[in-house]
Amino acid sequence: MDLSFVLSLLVFSPLLGIVVLAFMPKTEEKTIKIVGFLATLPALGIAIGLYLHYLAGKDLSDFDVAKDWITFGGLQGVEAGFWKVNYELGVSGFTMLLVVLTAVVATLAAIASIYIKKEWKGYFMLFLLLEIGMLGVFTAENLILFFLFFEITLIPTFFLIGKWGYFEKEKAAYSFLIYNGLGSAVLLIVIMILFAKTGTTNIDMLTQIMSDSNVPMTSGLKLGLLIALLVAFGVKLPIFPLHSWMLRVHVQAPPSIVMIHSGILLKIGAYGLIRFGLGIFPEQFEKLAVLLAILGVVNLLYGAFLAFIQTDFKMVLAYSSISHMGIVLIGLAALNEAGVQGAIFQVVSHGLISALLFFLVGAFYERTDTSLMENLGGMAKGMPIASGFLLAGALASLGLPGMSGFVSEFMAFLGLFEELPWIAAVGTIGIIMTAVYLLRAVLGITYGQAHREFTGLVDLKGVEFVPVVVLIALIVLIGVIPSVLSSPLQATLETIMLGLGG
Amino acid sequence: MSLEELTSFNWSIMTPEFIIVGVAALLTVIDLFMPKKQDRRILGWIGIAAIFAAMVSLVGLLGAAPDSILEDTFRLDSFGKAFKLLLLAGGALVLFLAVSYKAEQGMEEYRGEFYYLFLTGLLGGMIMTSSGDLITLFIGLELLSISSYILAGMRKNNLQSNESAMKYVINGSIATAITLFGMSYVYGLTGTTNLLAIAGALQSLADAQHAYLLGLAFLMIFVGLGFKLAAAPFHMWAPDVYQGAPTPVTAFLSVVSKTAGFVIVARILISVFGVAATEGPGSMPILYNMQDYIAVVAGATMIIGNVVALKQSNIKRMFAYSSIAHAGYVLVAFTSLSSNFFYSVWFYLLAYLFMNLGAFAVIQLVEAKTGSTKIADFAGLYRRSPVLAVTMGILLIALAGFPGTAGFIGKLNIFIGAFMVQEPHYVLASVMIATTVVSYFYYFGIMTQMFFRPAADDSKFSKIPVGIVVVLIVTVVASVLFGVFPDIAIDFVNENFNQFSDFLQ
Repeated sequence: MDLSFVLSLLVFSPLLGIVVLAFMPKTEEKTIKIVGFLATLPALGIAIGLYLHYLAGKDLSDFDVAKDWITFGGLQGVEAGFWKVNYELGVSGFTMLLVVLTAVVATLAAIASIYIKKEWKGYFMLFLLLEIGMLGVFTAENLILFFLFFEITLIPTFFLIGKWGYFEKEKAAYSFLIYNGLGSAVLLIVIMILFAKTGTTNIDMLTQIMSDSNVPMTSGLKLGLLIALLVAFGVKLPIFPLHSWMLRVHVQAPPSIVMIHSGILLKIGAYGLIRFGLGIFPEQFEKLAVLLAILGVVNLLYGAFLAFIQTDFKMVLAYSSISHMGIVLIGLAALNEAGVQGAIFQVVSHGLISALLFFLVGAFYERTDTSLMENLGGMAKGMPIASGFLLAGALASLGLPGMSGFVSEFMAFLGLFEELPWIAAVGTIGIIMTAVYLLRAVLGITYGQAHREFTGLVDLKGVEFVPVVVLIALIVLIGVIPSVLSSPLQATLETIMLGLGG
Repeated sequence: MSLEELTSFNWSIMTPEFIIVGVAALLTVIDLFMPKKQDRRILGWIGIAAIFAAMVSLVGLLGAAPDSILEDTFRLDSFGKAFKLLLLAGGALVLFLAVSYKAEQGMEEYRGEFYYLFLTGLLGGMIMTSSGDLITLFIGLELLSISSYILAGMRKNNLQSNESAMKYVINGSIATAITLFGMSYVYGLTGTTNLLAIAGALQSLADAQHAYLLGLAFLMIFVGLGFKLAAAPFHMWAPDVYQGAPTPVTAFLSVVSKTAGFVIVARILISVFGVAATEGPGSMPILYNMQDYIAVVAGATMIIGNVVALKQSNIKRMFAYSSIAHAGYVLVAFTSLSSNFFYSVWFYLLAYLFMNLGAFAVIQLVEAKTGSTKIADFAGLYRRSPVLAVTMGILLIALAGFPGTAGFIGKLNIFIGAFMVQEPHYVLASVMIATTVVSYFYYFGIMTQMFFRPAADDSKFSKIPVGIVVVLIVTVVASVLFGVFPDIAIDFVNENFNQFSDFLQ
């Protein structure tokens, strides 16, 4: 059976929702929200289908699709197949996991959009456009297409933050746009140089060509390109000191968008580093390993220490995201199987955990109009269920065994201890700090005296249960049976290890 | 020249020009005999019909082999055809804007001129695309310039319009004089004004002293034409002229006139200086030696255009700087002179034509509604007219060069060119990308006004003139279509223009 249409269907399925929404009256709040939610379901269904396809033991390359798309003109004397950019989508074990993660978080974020108060129609149209961008980023098989989807995520996010965010939304939207714009500008330069030098942007072909010693590039240029990639994706991840925009976004954007942003968009940075940095420039990556390890530890500690002194719970979580992305870098810097696997685990795991925590912040904010920890407190009384889930999420985040956070941190550090034990030893302080700041924050919110009387608080109810239960279930599932992630990753890891010459 | 000789020419290759010149003359006469009070708008529609007829005849000529008439002064090669198409498309869209334009003041008596001067200006541009001789190039340039001077001052009782025309005339004539002076050196060295003959003579230029003279000639011609392109540091006139001129004229200047400027630069630079040897036969052409100068001008143009645009509060001034910046992007292609040079310039100007004219259509509409051209007037446009705001949004995204739009593909072509040549222009390309990010600020500033800010008054846009509707539909569709399926353009070019290989033959 020809399955090559599946990925296009997956990526563009939210388009159906956009079209339906376009013809709806903009005052029908409830219907719009339901349609917006339903529109994310086809992608979720197909993503799960991909996973089942894999479980059934079939080849994921069944889904590959390649069609002629752009030719670049006026170039004589080149071999056929070069100087062309095709429309190519495909999935591997690694990208399939990210696609599933994206689809799950997008659907849950659509549920979390019940908190949106105005102009639902425009909101959901942009939201679905954003989903197209995210799904495309992870399935694109060449750099130009990747870049296209990458930029497609930029525009809707700008509007979603700038229009539906909190008080300083416009500033946050601009800072998002400019930082990410600069990041993608650097990325575009890298892509164009690669294209100009090799004549192709297909990722697999590039990986192959670059491993050939005859490629017309000096090792200095390669190193320069890798550093540029590090900057480009470092903005997205974010790596200290390129992170300030991300704090603003996490505080100012509406909860559903922060779920997506922290859950998926940040992961594009990690994905890019692994797929392009490690995949295309393995040799140069090894040279930068120590630098990366140090950057990772700096991220981890910086995020953890600053999270400790925040008064706004959203800021705690924002710094916690920075801290956790440090673990991704640590795992990558190890450059061994355990480390890289830990990094990828952390990508998926943090996506789920941060989505859960930010959803709960949204739920609290909805009822109390504040996310400042001094104003909250004693929530366990008024909202016991929500408080319970908050604690569970925090425990997952600080790496309690039996939950996904533990597996990823453990593997990442295992990897780094093998290669650079001293740096790893310093990094472990971060793990302790994580426990400290998260427990401080969560306990401050749930226990203690209620500083202000919140009368008649309603606990989680109705659809609000769906995101929390689904996310907790997935977190525990990964924690208990890590092979749901590790077995699809095997092939990807082997390729990466092969590139590293191990 | 005997009559037989005249009739033996293959006049048919000039059909598009004949149509335009004929209709322009016809419109003058009709205007003369029309009752004073009668609406002159019909003249504009006739002009549009003429441009379409010219376009059809040009499409008919697409398959024709390159040919030249009138002692090689007029040649129809693939370069000429390709850029003539751009000029005609731009001219038609501008006329659509013009027939929908209602001036606030001071234009009633001159309505007739308002339409047919666009045609004469367009004719000037068309002559330039098909010139094989310095003289015809210059005549085309002057025809275009003089028409533009008058158009800029069309609102006779409006102070800004007068200022605009005055500045334009003075700056423009100085630029022309400098260009002409530069050309005189070339003529002095070679004794001919025919481009191909010049090229032939210069190839065998042996004396190194002559190379200096040629270098001087190059700089003067480039400076003079730099005015036409509004390239920094010769851009000062553009903001004032753009602001004061009637909006359709501003659109004309920023698209048609600029395209024509690039045409003449390409014609002179490539065919004269691209082959002129510096140190005896077979050495590096002077154009390559001068690359650094072009690179500096390109870099400065991009930086100044984009940075100064940031602090504009008048939308027409902002678009003046934005169009300066876009000229800078195209100059990057002139610097790298890669094998895809013609295509990348052509495609960029094509993309620019659509996205910029579309934006001007919206500007004209908002100006007519609010009576001013402040950026703040766009506040709340999304509430007042969602369709208009989304349209403008798409065009702005295209201008900012986001993927999925023609602007992005245009920039990609230029980048690849810059990286592909023997000595890649990393710095210049980086400047181009960095300034593109700077441009996000001001393009998204308009977005902020349209989508985030509340409107000063909530009145809807009741009736959008049909001309503007046409322009908006065409430009938005084209901006997206060429962005998603750029192969349409390249297939067309490959099929009809054969990689522009007959440019120097």
